[in-house]
Amino acid sequence: MVYLVPLFPLLGFLLNGIFRKSLSKSLVGIIGCGSILASFIVSVILFSEVMSGGALAVQPLFQFINVHDFKIDFAFQADQLSSLFLLIITGVGFLIHVYSTSYMHDEAEEHFARYFSYLNLFVFSMLLLVLGANYVIMFIGWEGVGLCSYLLIGYWFKNDGYNYAAKKAFVMNRIGDLGFLLGIFWLLSKLGTANYSDVFANVSHLSPTDITGITVLLFIGAMGKSAQIPLYTWLPDAMAGPTPVSALIHAATMVTAGIYMVARSNALYSLSAVAENLVAVVGIATALFSATIAIKQNDIKKVLAYSTVSQLGYMFLGLGVGAYTGSVFHVMTHAFFKALLFLGAGSVIHAIHNQQDIRYMGGLKKYLPVTHLTFLIGCIAIAGIPPFSGFFSKDEILAAAYAANPIYWVLGVIGAGMTAFYMFRLYATTFLGEFRGTEEQKHHLHESPAAITIPLIILAVLAFAGGFVNVPEVLGGHEELHHFLSPVLTTEPAHELDHNTELTLMGVSVIVAFLSGAFALIKYSKKPELDEPKGLGKVLANKWYIDELYDAMIVNPVIALGSFFKNVIEKSGIDGFVNGIGTFIQYSSRRLRLVQNGKVGTYILFMVFSMIVLWLIFWNQTTITNFFQKIF
Amino acid sequence: MPIQYYIILAAALFCIGVVGVLIRRNAIIIFMCIELMLNSVNLLLVAFSKMQYTPANGNKSLALNIGSDAQIFVFFIMVVAAAEVSVGLAIIVMMYRNVHSTDVNFLNRLKN
Repeated sequence: MVYLVPLFPLLGFLLNGIFRKSLSKSLVGIIGCGSILASFIVSVILFSEVMSGGALAVQPLFQFINVHDFKIDFAFQADQLSSLFLLIITGVGFLIHVYSTSYMHDEAEEHFARYFSYLNLFVFSMLLLVLGANYVIMFIGWEGVGLCSYLLIGYWFKNDGYNYAAKKAFVMNRIGDLGFLLGIFWLLSKLGTANYSDVFANVSHLSPTDITGITVLLFIGAMGKSAQIPLYTWLPDAMAGPTPVSALIHAATMVTAGIYMVARSNALYSLSAVAENLVAVVGIATALFSATIAIKQNDIKKVLAYSTVSQLGYMFLGLGVGAYTGSVFHVMTHAFFKALLFLGAGSVIHAIHNQQDIRYMGGLKKYLPVTHLTFLIGCIAIAGIPPFSGFFSKDEILAAAYAANPIYWVLGVIGAGMTAFYMFRLYATTFLGEFRGTEEQKHHLHESPAAITIPLIILAVLAFAGGFVNVPEVLGGHEELHHFLSPVLTTEPAHELDHNTELTLMGVSVIVAFLSGAFALIKYSKKPELDEPKGLGKVLANKWYIDELYDAMIVNPVIALGSFFKNVIEKSGIDGFVNGIGTFIQYSSRRLRLVQNGKVGTYILFMVFSMIVLWLIFWNQTTITNFFQKIF
Repeated sequence: MPIQYYIILAAALFCIGVVGVLIRRNAIIIFMCIELMLNSVNLLLVAFSKMQYTPANGNKSLALNIGSDAQIFVFFIMVVAAAEVSVGLAIIVMMYRNVHSTDVNFLNRLKN
């Protein structure tokens, strides 16, 4: 039954893609949403089976690669980890699909169908990634989401800037994918199999160098897909796509792939201290770095994009310090509130006619009551204020970080403070104060239709309540998620903190988040930041000039090299050679033509000379043969 | 007489023929030079055939008709050459009738 889960989105993709010119919009919407809903229902059934302890076996469909004694099955594996991801992907994905039917309604019919077919393909690839029972199948899905992100970011392909963003996303992902692929090859060359169960059972056959190499290479893949330093710059640019696509990329699919992969390979990562430290350091660095950038962004989607990068950093921090459950938990809660925030932002953009700059918003509270309330819930959840979901998941990661190294915890709390700050800055500038747009926009302001608000409400409920599935023991909970995932995340170290320490840590992080959030709320609700920033603020608003740095260090040299090859090597080298042959033949034949002068004597002369030459050649046959044999 | 003399004579005749063909423009002279080359080859043929074989066992009765093959062959060549001459001369006559000249360089219309 597992194969049904990715089958439905694939069918939806094929139907919408093939008949995109003949289907009506409502039919496209029904196919698009229905396929995801169907796979969501199957996922729920699978999940409940897994909960009750069944349906754990690997289910091979057919043999994918079969060369001599090297075999790779096309097999699916629905265990605790993947079934949880299935729920997130199909559940949140379904809400985003429903939302899209309204959000994209102004598109032409065939583009509308194209959009939905891409969306379904995206979900299909992600499901393949999550369900695959070996790294090779995971890689197929891995590439699939990369392709779909390219297609969807460049959905409005008539805009050059959007195409550039799409290409950037694709190229950055490819860089990471290369690392991932090399990691798989390394694994295959050492163990001869890529099946999770076989690999994790045989890790003892790998030398420490192999494990470190493989895990670091796999992590490079995760860096690209999950937007970590240094390969994160594609994610903020991915905002070029339609807003629901951003929600899909950031919440349900794509960026969580790296987290899933590392969590899935926990048996490998836990054996390599180098890789674990690398993951943790990259994670916390990304979390802080992108949080600083988010503080000064004025594009509503850019703020959310950098906050995603930052939250992914937290997840990697959790993975690095061994808090696999915490990271997966954070993936789940993050999927809820980030999808909520993006869809809320989409609702705002929709209402205000494609204005994304928060400096021209303000005071939307009274015009968009539902969006406002749900967005606020999302902000509180991501800021980590109890009892909203973000608090529980972030706190679990931070507690584990403290147990590993208190410095991680300090940095993490600073990052959490910044998160609260920029989220409430965004909230205050957008929804509070006075409206700063044009009169015409003000006139048209209206709450979005039900297809937009209902997903928002559902997600808001989830963002509020999602944290209760894993309430820590110190707060009187039972850590259900932890127990549920423990068969898969076998190598997770036990919690070592005593309850008092844990409570103190929680208190500090909540107070920091609360204070900085309240500070931002007070500061920006009265006097929003409208001027161009100066000094450090300008550096932050320009994203630390990282894009410029990459341009100067990598992009421009490569382009220069390319144009050197194009203008010099190609034009004067290869073209010169080819054209030279042509010119030479034309020139020499023009000269040779004069030989045919119609005089019999000349012809006979040539004949005589040729015969003499032939005679000479014939006479010295052996000498000539020997000569050529000596050369070649 | 050693065979070299015949070879040198035939080669000299042949070269005279070649040079004549190359440098003269009169069709009749060229024609004669061609005949010269042809006959130098005939001469060589006869010479080789006569000198090539000496019976090792001294059987004189065999030696009588040895070397006569090529001579018969040469007669045939001469017959064919005579036929060829008649055709060639006929062509030259026709050429003279048409252009009032036997200069081969005058007839260069076939170029290009």
